[in-house]
Amino acid sequence: MAVNARQRTLKAFEKIRAHAVSQWEALKQSQEPRILIGTATCGRAAGALDVVKAFQDELAQQDIKAKVTEVGCMGYCYAEPMVIIEKPGWPPICYGYVTPGIASRLVQDFIIGDDPCLEFILGALEENELVPTIFDHPRFKYETRILLKNCGFIDPEDINQSIANGGYSGLAKALGMKPQRVIDEVKKSALRGRGGAGFPTGEKWQICREVAGEPKYVICNADEGDPGAFMDRAILESDPQSVIEGMTIAAYAIGAAHGYVYVRTEYPLAVERAHTAINQAEGSGLLGDNILGSDFSFHIEVMRGSGAFVCGEETAMMRSIEGRRGMPHHRPPFPATHGLWGKPTVINNVKTFACVPQIIQRGNQWFASIGSDGSKGTAIFALAGKVLNTGLVEVPMGTTLRQLIFEVGGGIPKGKRFKAVQIGGPSGGCLPESLLDTPIDFTSLTEAGAMMGSGGMVVMDEDNCMVDAALYFLDFTCKESCGKCTMCRLGTKQMLDILEDITKGQGKIEEIDLLVELGQDMKKGSLCGLGRTAPNPILTTIRYFRDEYEAHILEKRCPALACEELIAYYILPEKCERSCDACVGSCSVEAIYTGKRRIKVIDQEKCVKCGTCLESCPPQYDAVIRLSPPSLVPPSKK
Amino acid sequence: MTKKRPSRKQNVRPDASVAKEAEQIKVHTLDILRAYHGERRNLIPILQDIQAKFGYLPREAIKQVAKSMRIRELEVFGVASFYNQFRLNPPGKHPVKVCLGTACHIKGGRIILEAWERRLGIKVGETTTDREFSLERVACVGCCAMAPVSVVEEKIEGKVSPTRVDGILLSFELEKEKGTDK
Ligand SMILES: Cc1cc2nc3c(=O)[nH]c(=O)nc-3n(C[C@H](O)[C@H](O)[C@H](O)COP(=O)(O)O)c2cc1C
Ligand code: FES
Repeated sequence: MAVNARQRTLKAFEKIRAHAVSQWEALKQSQEPRILIGTATCGRAAGALDVVKAFQDELAQQDIKAKVTEVGCMGYCYAEPMVIIEKPGWPPICYGYVTPGIASRLVQDFIIGDDPCLEFILGALEENELVPTIFDHPRFKYETRILLKNCGFIDPEDINQSIANGGYSGLAKALGMKPQRVIDEVKKSALRGRGGAGFPTGEKWQICREVAGEPKYVICNADEGDPGAFMDRAILESDPQSVIEGMTIAAYAIGAAHGYVYVRTEYPLAVERAHTAINQAEGSGLLGDNILGSDFSFHIEVMRGSGAFVCGEETAMMRSIEGRRGMPHHRPPFPATHGLWGKPTVINNVKTFACVPQIIQRGNQWFASIGSDGSKGTAIFALAGKVLNTGLVEVPMGTTLRQLIFEVGGGIPKGKRFKAVQIGGPSGGCLPESLLDTPIDFTSLTEAGAMMGSGGMVVMDEDNCMVDAALYFLDFTCKESCGKCTMCRLGTKQMLDILEDITKGQGKIEEIDLLVELGQDMKKGSLCGLGRTAPNPILTTIRYFRDEYEAHILEKRCPALACEELIAYYILPEKCERSCDACVGSCSVEAIYTGKRRIKVIDQEKCVKCGTCLESCPPQYDAVIRLSPPSLVPPSKK
Repeated sequence: MTKKRPSRKQNVRPDASVAKEAEQIKVHTLDILRAYHGERRNLIPILQDIQAKFGYLPREAIKQVAKSMRIRELEVFGVASFYNQFRLNPPGKHPVKVCLGTACHIKGGRIILEAWERRLGIKVGETTTDREFSLERVACVGCCAMAPVSVVEEKIEGKVSPTRVDGILLSFELEKEKGTDK
């Protein structure tokens, strides 16, 4: 681009930015209180929309003016619904577990009165002398928010709020650089793909730029197939413009005019917000024809996935966009040279694209200064399962698993013991306590038998059976295998049958080695990552928890008391309070009856092992227990 | 998949109304096809829109799509059957989806699924005979922090327990009673 053309784009952007900033400042300076409510999917599941309504109703009833804004997800999903109140004269205060009742109290006591209702707060978002801040929480020592920095603070359906907070400055800068310079910048930052394999992003772009073939395409992989990961959804719902901007920079760098965001259909809100973001970006001249008055044009379409895990794999995804069955094919050729419709295509994960604008804006050295050797930047994990603070965390690469689970995640609930952490979903592995000091980066995790994968991190405690966990993942990959490769199609099924036998107490001891052998063959005999990584959950659980497999086979016993066929529920007669009927009432199949001396007894024939009685028995009695093997239950006399 | 026959009332419908329904499906399908210029590459979005309209992919619609695109029905069916999202029979009035993603599994998602199955008297993949409810499993709806999760109609229910399942069904019953009272 000629120098004056370059200046024209910068000037055009400055105008847009100045407008956005003045709007944002006006909002911040306004005398009207602002109420921000997290209504991403996780918030909605916790009832955030009812809270929005409660605020609006109460404000209307009290005839008070305040601005209610729906924002995305801050990542503290455990405390949803979350609300931030910005009231002039006060620091912004964050509230958790807000119910419609609490909402009306906040209006009456804090917005009208001047009592910030300390009993409901999580913390203030700025240092101050009135209220404790959220930064006193130990997790803030570890967190570095780059990708999540705007999530939960800006209105995801208002592009100007994004621009006022740094959005599109990266694109404006990139448009002033030669495309090759943009690629060099990304290369030097050492950014690696966040979709699983960790391929260097800059190199991928370079190959695609250099290869002949027109037109070129950019695809954003938002299929997030790993059941247990939700950060891509959170980013698209909370700060979609960062992804659109990253894609546009990529398109400029490789010379593409058309792009797709492939979002899984299970994420309707993410689909909707992506559409809105694209429309607004086009409306502002930041996407579409002649972006910022330059001669660079780029268009983005949203494509909904249709519920096939394998379509997260890049070659399968491209078949799917072409309207065919999503079957992977052999690589090479790689998508960078032969991609969508056979044309050169860059395909990256949501987080990878979201990193790009800040790399351009703040420089490669800034990005490369975060993280560890070989793995730069931050990693986002979706903490779920048996951990106190479920939600999203963003930490620099190199943080250890222990820090993440116990410091950031707050440890295991109900005083239970940690058993394993599953990382990387169906392609990843289960790591035991002895490996908790493993740093989180691409190489260390792979060495331990897991992988970075998509960033799903599911914590398991002593009540979770490792054989059952392996079975779960295999059942998933077996169902999701597209059937192209024999080893993947039949191997998963064979392994599944063996594991099912084991969890029913019908396994044979030599089958453990058979599983390992089958797993290794499957890794060799499959075309795509699905089959090649499907054995990982089994191989790691055998490697680290072989004793649990042996207990199932040799003693017909499930040490975690989880496998239904190998356990029985039993009410300890000496502990049963007798006059209490909690368990009887809770049983949905009427399997509990009152026996001699009013002691409650479980009819083992009728029991469906749902565990509700165990939950309902008041903790001071704690009379319901699980036994494995079931033969331990003393015979009952009716 | 649903093996249950639609309710008897449907089977004795006069032929005229069956023909009318088929005609309607055709008209809507043609509208959707037109919006996508009937292009083969848009097959998946077209099928998605058809399913959004009818709740499933009616045979008549598949026929029409194949005809308009000048491809074989088999090809349309091949794409439709590859993806888990598409269903070839009508869902219940209140579709229930139970999440069995990793986090939900760890937190007892299977127990929740069994509770639904027991309460509704159907297995996963089936529809109740009165066509009120259908039951499906999904792999993660992205609310893992709220596990175990069920999606009832479009609403996501977090931290579901077997007793909550009873509660949800009860609220539908109450709703229905209110409706008939009027
Ligand atoms: C079975 C399978 C499923 C995958 N699912 C996803 C996914 O859900 N999201 C994703 O970004 N990448 C997924 N990938 C990885 C993609 O093939 C591809 O490597 C990635 O999108 C490249 O982007 P990146 O360089 O930014 O990591 C999957 C791979 C395999 C083999
Ligand atoms: S595992 Fe159920 S919502 Fe993710």
